[in-house]
Amino acid sequence: MAVRKASKGEKTFDVFNYTFMFLLCVTTIYPFLYLFSNSLASTEIAQTQITIIPKSVTFENYKRVLTNPLIAAGYYNTILRTVLGTFLSLITTFALAYPLSKRYFPNRNFWTGIIVFTMFFGGGMIPTYILVRNLNLMNTIWALILPELVSAYNFVIVRNYMMSLPESIEESARIDGANDIIILIRIVLPVCKPILATVALWIAVWHWNSWFDSMIYSQKAEKQVVQLIMRRIVLEGSQQVMNMSTMDESGMRVVTPESLKAATVMVTTIPILMVYPFIQKYFVKGVMLGSLKG
Amino acid sequence: MKTKTNSSVAENRFIRTLYQYWKYRYLVILFLPGIIYFIIFKYLPIYGLVLAFKDYRFLDGIMGSPWVGLKHFREMFALQSFWEVFRNTVIISFYNLIFGFPAPIIFALLLNEIGNTHYKKIVQTISYLPHFVSWVILGGLFMQFLSPSIGPINILIKSLGGTPIYFLADPKWFRAVLVVTEMWKSLGWGSIVYLAAISGIDPSLYESASIDGAGRWQKVIHITLPSMTPVITIMLILNVGKLVNDNFDQIFNLYNPAVYKVADVISTYTYRMGLENMRYSFSTAVGLFRNVISFTLLVIANQISKRINDYGIW
Repeated sequence: MAVRKASKGEKTFDVFNYTFMFLLCVTTIYPFLYLFSNSLASTEIAQTQITIIPKSVTFENYKRVLTNPLIAAGYYNTILRTVLGTFLSLITTFALAYPLSKRYFPNRNFWTGIIVFTMFFGGGMIPTYILVRNLNLMNTIWALILPELVSAYNFVIVRNYMMSLPESIEESARIDGANDIIILIRIVLPVCKPILATVALWIAVWHWNSWFDSMIYSQKAEKQVVQLIMRRIVLEGSQQVMNMSTMDESGMRVVTPESLKAATVMVTTIPILMVYPFIQKYFVKGVMLGSLKG
Repeated sequence: MKTKTNSSVAENRFIRTLYQYWKYRYLVILFLPGIIYFIIFKYLPIYGLVLAFKDYRFLDGIMGSPWVGLKHFREMFALQSFWEVFRNTVIISFYNLIFGFPAPIIFALLLNEIGNTHYKKIVQTISYLPHFVSWVILGGLFMQFLSPSIGPINILIKSLGGTPIYFLADPKWFRAVLVVTEMWKSLGWGSIVYLAAISGIDPSLYESASIDGAGRWQKVIHITLPSMTPVITIMLILNVGKLVNDNFDQIFNLYNPAVYKVADVISTYTYRMGLENMRYSFSTAVGLFRNVISFTLLVIANQISKRINDYGIW
């Protein structure tokens, strides 16, 4: 491409641009590193540093956080809802998208319209809350899974993807007498793998990060998800932290509430940070698929 | 004469449609769970909006509770706290639109000018990261990061001889914190659609521009930006439609009573009134008011976009 020599202005721009991007990356990562270093700090060290290299490292904070029974229960609930919720959401979304991707499905535009409308208008917080309560789902895992089982946005993306597949791939199976359910599972799903992986990750990360539904639908602490437990410990400054930092067998305070809080945040963040580099490209692919065929 | 033929035609069509459903019964089986989900969990709550015109009584349920007409709306419009909340919502969304909307576009354009593919990939990967972290976690993170005693920004300010700023408790600073942290979180992720648009541009356009002697800057102005216009328009429509849809997760996790005056927005207000104070009907009225405004804005923005450049989201 670059046949023409870059002008002086363009060189200056390049220097500026590369530096700017570098600074942007630093700004993005620094808060995480700062908190991470804070979570490893003992006693007063956390109070004075800007640098991200801790002056002395202790894992005491993590030990306290990980042995907290509420955090463990929270992790269990989060994993349960993520696995079960993602699985059920995928089944329902794909089963719904397949018929509506067929031109010959009766009243197809009407049904699609019914679904897409919910992207723009909804009942909102209170009517949904009352519905969940009336269905007796309070304090159950279903309150965290059913209300957002299918997202209209995911539905549209999956349907568009299925519509772009050639009809011919299904024909031979149809001649062999397979019904639509078998065709969907055996023929269509395998070629939908890219979009399946993308949507699965979206739903899974959504479940992993959710907390508000748990806050309003699960009153019992042992039924709450880890994000909510974290929130209660860190933001609401609940008694938990105080208990964790003072109930020391030797009576000595080796940890500060601040570094304990940092460790709590980190315990909920680290799983995301670890899988993020591997899943990131699928997410991007999905956004592209969704945006290019609106 | 009309009625008879019309009714028999309608009857015929109805029977034919029923037959179609039967013919594709396996598809219907697949379709049912999803559509039932939408009817129960999306349309029943929409029906539940009638609560805004009733006085909800737990024992009577939504159906049995007495109608009260526009009582809750009248109360809402008479309340000063409601208008304060409404103003906050509009101001914060407006700031987000002004600063947050162009940022990913500029970021995408700058990123596109990075020649080194490796460097570009790394920058992209890092910039998407905050999108994957929930506001609960970020709330905890920023609380420490912006803390007047241990936060690095304030440590820096102190070491430079300034007085520490209570970013999260000072009404003067809080909205700025909201806008900046929102930009910080969504800048990279928001740029993806624009990068997709840029990558879809025909390279021959750039080649012929180079032959005509166009510099980098001219190519951006005359080729890249015009090619991005449809995407930018759609994103703008969506953003305008969301002007009264505040970022509940962000605000709820960052705010505290000290800054309610500048940060309490419609959704946090709905939550506090409805679920904390149990004023279900009043809260539903507030939520309905917001929904109707945001839906109207979306329709208007879409209409305008269709008229101006023949391009809308529906």
